[in-house]
Amino acid sequence: MTTTNTTTEAVAGAAEAGHEAAKAGMPQLDFSTFPNQIFWLLVTLLVIYFVLSRVALPRIGATLAERKGAITNDLAAAEELKLKAVAAEKAYNDALVSARVEAGKIVAQAKADIQKDLDAAIARADAEIAAKAAESEKSIGEIRAGALEAVTAVATDTAGELVAALGGKADAAAVQAAVTAALKG
Amino acid sequence: MELVAAAALGKFIGAGLAAIGSGAAAIGVGNVAGNFLAGALRNPSAAGSQTATLFIGLAFAEALGIFSFLVALLLMFAV
Amino acid sequence: MAGEAQAHGEGGLAFHPLDQFKVTPLFGDGPIEWYTPTNVTLWMALAAIVIILVFAVGSKGRALIPSRVQSLGEMAYGFVYKMVEDVAGHDGAKFFPLIMTLFLFILSANMLGLLPGSFTPTSHIAVTAILGFGFFIFVTVLGFVKNGAHFLGLFWMSDAPLILRPIIAVIEVISYFVRPVSHSIRLAGNIMAGHAVMKVFAAFAPMILISAIGVVVTPVSILAITAIYALEVLVAFIQAYVFTILACVYLKDALHPGH
Repeated sequence: MTTTNTTTEAVAGAAEAGHEAAKAGMPQLDFSTFPNQIFWLLVTLLVIYFVLSRVALPRIGATLAERKGAITNDLAAAEELKLKAVAAEKAYNDALVSARVEAGKIVAQAKADIQKDLDAAIARADAEIAAKAAESEKSIGEIRAGALEAVTAVATDTAGELVAALGGKADAAAVQAAVTAALKG
Repeated sequence: MELVAAAALGKFIGAGLAAIGSGAAAIGVGNVAGNFLAGALRNPSAAGSQTATLFIGLAFAEALGIFSFLVALLLMFAV
Repeated sequence: MAGEAQAHGEGGLAFHPLDQFKVTPLFGDGPIEWYTPTNVTLWMALAAIVIILVFAVGSKGRALIPSRVQSLGEMAYGFVYKMVEDVAGHDGAKFFPLIMTLFLFILSANMLGLLPGSFTPTSHIAVTAILGFGFFIFVTVLGFVKNGAHFLGLFWMSDAPLILRPIIAVIEVISYFVRPVSHSIRLAGNIMAGHAVMKVFAAFAPMILISAIGVVVTPVSILAITAIYALEVLVAFIQAYVFTILACVYLKDALHPGH
């Protein structure tokens, strides 16, 4: 049967192939290899178990814990730095605010100074203007008085001449009185 | 010889019938996965914690299909 | 089907989807004794070496900013640790190295098994049964040691109606003893099925050398191998995850039988 199997494999039909395989059986159910497999499985498992539990797993666990610690530390440091940054920002803002207040003060001061100068200048100018106005008023008054006198003189002269021209005899005092009355009237 | 042929025929028919079990297991596995997906879409936040349960369910459903496959293999190669 | 039969007739296609699971001695051709170094030994040793390289050697630097290998190990550590703590509770963390051993062994054996031409120890029922039943016995003993007779409360639903309780207890006991069976067969079955399917598609790939229909069959089977391979990478991880999380669930039942 074995020799025919090897020689007639080429012409083996499906059924025969199955039959042949049945002769071989499933390697999984070949009980003669079981002790061998079980023995080597146990050896392998023991080796893996001891390597893992004695060496690898504690080491990996320690590394992971270490990393976790490092991360926690870093996070704490970052938190601290963040607080510092917040404080720095607050100081900056405070400085900004105080500078602003200072600037406001300086501006107000300058404004007040300018106002004072301005007020003084305005007062001075007002005084000057008032003085000038008074002066001009006085001169106007003088001019007006001068003019009135001149008008009286001219009127008196004119009236005396008119009276003389009309053939009268001009009494200077009478003419003057008449002129004054007329001017007043 | 006829008896041997009949036995071989019966073996193969039996193996084919046993293979139907694999299809049935496929239905079961699909059921598990589909229902899990339906539930997960309804409540996605709870889905992550239930993947282990999903795989256990899939494993149980699939194991029975594997049994039928095993029966087919035994019929083909071992009986 | 006709093409397949024809191909067989022409003697090209050879379907041996289970040959990849054969246990063979590494040296020579002798009988397989319990101590013989076999391909099981080789691939389990490779899995152990990968684990040692990533976890023991890779973590040697203890760098605060991890290298790639170190962060791989740390990710796996965090992943499994969280799983144990979430499922089994705080006192389950004591068994973290055990769970980690299970997870890493299964994961690396699965992943190494995906290399072409490799052997997958986790596809063998002998291996997964030792893992499953070993953990089952460990958990059961642990439950009795920790809780004494109180551990039997796991089967006695005190919030069910009194008449139903014995029936439920019987069902619970049965399901408790089925646990290791399904626990181990699930892993082996999944890995075996995936590898066998890949092998079947691979057997279809040389069709183009045999018949004209191979023009269609060969590209399709190569595409299928690619797709199944991607799926198998996912399955390799998910099965390791599922095995581990079920181990955590069983551990939780042992530590806290009253929920």
